[in-house]
Amino acid sequence: MSGNSFALPAVITVTLVTVAIGLYGLRVARTTSDFLVASRMVSPTWNAAAIGGEYLSAASFLGVAGLILKNGVDMLWYPVGFAAGYLALLLFVAGPLRRSGAFTLPDFCELRLSSRRLRKLAAAFVVFIGWLYLVPQMQGAGLTLQTVTGGPYALGAFIVAAVVTGNVALGGMRAITFVQAFQYWLKLTALSVPVLFLILHWQADGRPGLVAPEGSTFRAATTVQLDEATAFTLSEPIVLAVRGALDESSVDGTVTLAAGRHVAEPGTSVTFPAGSRVPAVAGASDGRAWFLPGAGSGGLFAAYSLILATFLGTMGLPHVLVRFYTNPDGAAARRTTLVVLGLVGTFYLFPTLYGVLGRVYAPQLVLTGDTDAVVLVLPSAMLGDTTTGHALGALVAAGAFAAFLSSASGLLTSVAGVLSTDVIGRGSVRDFRQAAILAGIVPLTMALVVSELDVSLVVGLAFAVAASSFCPLLVLGIWWRGLTALGAAAGVLAGGGAAACAVLLTVIGATGSGWTGALVKYPAAWTVPLAFAVMVGVSLATRRRVPQTVALTMLRLHAPDALRL
Amino acid sequence: MTAGPTERQTPPRVRIVLADLARERDARRRHGRTTAELAQQSPVGDALLRGLIRAQLAHALRLAAVVVVGLGGLPLLFAVAPTVAGARPLGIALPWLLLGVAAYPFLFAVGAAYVRFAERTEAEFTDLVERPTDER
Repeated sequence: MSGNSFALPAVITVTLVTVAIGLYGLRVARTTSDFLVASRMVSPTWNAAAIGGEYLSAASFLGVAGLILKNGVDMLWYPVGFAAGYLALLLFVAGPLRRSGAFTLPDFCELRLSSRRLRKLAAAFVVFIGWLYLVPQMQGAGLTLQTVTGGPYALGAFIVAAVVTGNVALGGMRAITFVQAFQYWLKLTALSVPVLFLILHWQADGRPGLVAPEGSTFRAATTVQLDEATAFTLSEPIVLAVRGALDESSVDGTVTLAAGRHVAEPGTSVTFPAGSRVPAVAGASDGRAWFLPGAGSGGLFAAYSLILATFLGTMGLPHVLVRFYTNPDGAAARRTTLVVLGLVGTFYLFPTLYGVLGRVYAPQLVLTGDTDAVVLVLPSAMLGDTTTGHALGALVAAGAFAAFLSSASGLLTSVAGVLSTDVIGRGSVRDFRQAAILAGIVPLTMALVVSELDVSLVVGLAFAVAASSFCPLLVLGIWWRGLTALGAAAGVLAGGGAAACAVLLTVIGATGSGWTGALVKYPAAWTVPLAFAVMVGVSLATRRRVPQTVALTMLRLHAPDALRL
Repeated sequence: MTAGPTERQTPPRVRIVLADLARERDARRRHGRTTAELAQQSPVGDALLRGLIRAQLAHALRLAAVVVVGLGGLPLLFAVAPTVAGARPLGIALPWLLLGVAAYPFLFAVGAAYVRFAERTEAEFTDLVERPTDER
């Protein structure tokens, strides 16, 4: 793969185009309003493509296919949930939120509940979720550059951080709207065009079984370089060529391994003969567990927790809400959301195909643990060392880079917006620029420190925190007059706080086992109901403190735009 | 510089923009008594608004229920009836077909239905509120 001479130019081109459009935006952006909301002059089609471009992050582009390769059918809930999140947003939030005139979540808190303290609390959660979501973007960039060029991990992460921070600080929102609309179409092309070639190749190959229930096999003799200590289980005896250390003794040559568990030391390379079964690895599903639902880790509880987190988490992501303010009115916000749902749904048809084809053509990724790289690896793994293979590999790498650049831009804009208005300044262009730099440095540092975390795992946790803090706040705030500032704060602290603790425990690896482990690893199933219950309960107890202006606010949120009250 | 008596008596100039006048006239004609009741939050206006919010929320909840049953029921269905999970229409295993492909058009259709409902409710509400007062 490091021999792909097209990949680096493709990545550089995407980066340069992004910077160029950003500079064009800089010439156009003159006022604070241009910076923050693109002066609300963005047309719905552009806006929808920009929202889609911003939303489809590293987790969507790389992570989903990787998860499907590793754990199979149960992981399809991730993309379904990522898309369904837009439906929940459309049903309960989009129109009224746009009419409220709130630009960020803290704005909404102040506007609806007139509480400065709640505003600060919301700002803290926006920054926490934003940073949590930025880390995997930079990780993904590091991984991509490492995979396609063999360059160091830190360099990719640094490039994405620098380009995005510079672009956001200089051009603001007007610039990134164009950048992101462009990047949505680039990402869709970069997944859909290569997969057509790959499917044609699979047809020409005699349609090898994609979902063999008995487990996958190596189609050709495959040498696997294991960079970390790896434990694997063989279902039948096998003759292997090994160089390195296996089962606590050093080996260099051909050995016969018995069925059962074996441990390879770091730096060992193992060559599996063609037709041999891919060994089972802890944490990855095999055979029927991969192919049939409900057999994976966590069972029904994990499935429903994931559904709850992704369905309800989207509306609480800071970069998603900012976009709604660029719609001219509530009805346009609803229509834009529907278009986004279509665009995002179309995109998610493709990662599944990569995951499934990876099962046949790149099963060694499960063994090495680099499943997130399957989208990048597959073109050259299937088409070999050909010009087509290289060109498609370069296209996929360019799409992946577009994914990091656009998601990171959106996240950074919203984190910087909140930092500049609520923490370090009063929201001037100068404050915004300083905040953007601060907002970029923190997650870059985090990405360099924790490089081993699974991209989709971190993103899933960010969704869980958003679903247990901002989702109840928005839904109750928009539809229920009885919400009080105290109730909202208590609910956000209880639900969001519990989910955030679960995230920290998962990140440091202290999840425990059995039921408590599942509760920590998949927190949404209990933190979301907890947040709703506390919010309603405390609001009812502090009924006298319902804001005086609630009727007027409700009128503003729900009166049709045509009335122009 | 001294100003002559005639100049001193000239009233300050008022700028009249015809478009603004036309807009104000339209607004006066359009906004009947009901609009005023909404804006002033009289009991009648408040009841109207509550009705609108309840109608919109009912649409949203009904369609959310469709998704909760249609998609949310799948893990339970697959767990309770493993033979369903093993079915292979079109040569593709049913869980893969439903979650990998069919879920997206389903979500879009539900969203499109909601946009239609919501727009119709708002149009009806606007008609009701803006109907000239003497017609009632």
